[in-house]
Amino acid sequence: MGGWAIAVHGGAGVDPKLPEERQEEARRVLRRCLGVGAAGLRAGLSAVDVVEMVVRELETDPVFNSGRGSALTQEGTVEMEASIMDGRGRRCGAVSGLTTVKNPVSLARLVMDRSPHSYLAFHGAEDFARAQGVEVVDNSYFITDENVRMLKLAKEANSIMYDYRVPIPSADTCSASSTITDGGLHMNGLPISIYAPETVGCVAVDNGGWCAAATSTGGLMNKMSGRIGDSPLIGSGTYACGACAVSCTGEGEAIIRSTLARDVAALMEYKGLGLQEAVDYALKERLDEGKAGLIAVSRNGEVAYGFNTVGMFRGCATEDGFMDVAIW
Amino acid sequence: MGWAIALHGGAGDIPLSLPAERRTPREAALRHCLDLGVAALKANRPPLDVVELVVRELENSPCFNAGKGSVLTTNGTVEMEACIMDGNTKKCGAVSGLSTVVNAISLARLVMERTPHIYLAFDGAEAFAREQGVETAHSSHFITPENVERLKNAKEARRVQIDYTQSIKGAEVSATGKGESIIQATVARDVAALMEYKGLSLKEAAAYVVERTPKGMFRACATEDGYTEIGIWPSGINGDLEYPNK
Repeated sequence: MGGWAIAVHGGAGVDPKLPEERQEEARRVLRRCLGVGAAGLRAGLSAVDVVEMVVRELETDPVFNSGRGSALTQEGTVEMEASIMDGRGRRCGAVSGLTTVKNPVSLARLVMDRSPHSYLAFHGAEDFARAQGVEVVDNSYFITDENVRMLKLAKEANSIMYDYRVPIPSADTCSASSTITDGGLHMNGLPISIYAPETVGCVAVDNGGWCAAATSTGGLMNKMSGRIGDSPLIGSGTYACGACAVSCTGEGEAIIRSTLARDVAALMEYKGLGLQEAVDYALKERLDEGKAGLIAVSRNGEVAYGFNTVGMFRGCATEDGFMDVAIW
Repeated sequence: MGWAIALHGGAGDIPLSLPAERRTPREAALRHCLDLGVAALKANRPPLDVVELVVRELENSPCFNAGKGSVLTTNGTVEMEACIMDGNTKKCGAVSGLSTVVNAISLARLVMERTPHIYLAFDGAEAFAREQGVETAHSSHFITPENVERLKNAKEARRVQIDYTQSIKGAEVSATGKGESIIQATVARDVAALMEYKGLSLKEAAAYVVERTPKGMFRACATEDGYTEIGIWPSGINGDLEYPNK
């Protein structure tokens, strides 16, 4: 036991009919980012530096739904959010509603390190970004042709991406139902991949036994402007403490109401469960009908993950040489 | 068993020397809101309705840092936030960055009930408010002279006023005090987690979680068996009001 460990994810809930070349592309990105993180840990970087660095890589790469490649709001714009937590001291930082900041996770870090607050959003967060001199770009930088196409499809299906599966009986929204047809998971008649659930995240434990976690996303395709999901919420999408670090992905509502990331830690602290036990328990008992996945590390150099969705893009590595990148 | 209710109006270093003109209106407001909540529970209103109506009253009172009487940002404006959670269904709703909505808690409830999302903020939340036709007002409705003065003092002292956050959650736990430490310790969830995973009672769990007791908290509680308490400081200090039989 002991030693460093790291895990990365690119989202839970994968279209089982995802073309092979897309799967290979995703594995390539995960492998590369995992490698960057492992190298950092080997070189003695702190867990919080490593998770920020790895999530920056994931944000910069357009493959997953964060930074460049983010899902689009119903207006066709990008609003990004992220959070980071350092288990050492349980310091945290989060941002929401970013439209020009190239690396949301780094702004979240600055909120943690250089502001008296934990969470900044929208205009205030953008002002803070400028005051800190972080790299900013036009909103169009984040928008990919593929996501423009996906948004169009989502609108044509006249659907609003639900945070949860139970339809609301309301005049101005449509009911959503997810069905499994010819082996592909669909929602509102479209493959689930259109809704771009691929939030990214990283958890790490360093040589000193300190854990940290970070999560970043563009949110839900066709979401209302101003919508905040689980990714920037400490305790829901992200959590780190002395015992462990956790990053979650999946149905935002399910993750929020179950305080999923915090629960993994609470199960270890208050119920004495081990890391994998806590991960399994949280996913099984706390989500009710919700679908989600998560990655976690413990202060003892263990790494664990779990998901109750069809697939989760992920990678793990530990100091003793173990390394694995997988989707299913 | 039976119903129970508790409400708060903020925790912090409330000085024992708080002058009567600042103390009395707050106690009266707590009493008024408690009475409303108790009446609603006695009338069998569901807890979700009860917490919403009580918090609406607290927002409408200028005594507390919510709605009317909200503290000011560094720009002298008001940015309000609220959340609500139903323990039965575990559904929740939240809003942040509101500047014109008279009752943030009610908008949070509408996010929960009428959108596919949980949390809306800033422009998006304000736009939703207009769509829903909730009551809005000019900033002058929310800004009180007391808070303008507070901001001035804080700026002069070149410091951030310690932020007494009010996050109101359904019928379970509501935390108040320094916002950032509440976030990092996930205070509200921890009380529930301690009960669920460690088997603590509600009282034990609350005590466990509050590591550093602030000097006071504006609060009011009542239970069906007749117990009522309205207080500011730890019980028994400096004339806290207790009504064992109501």
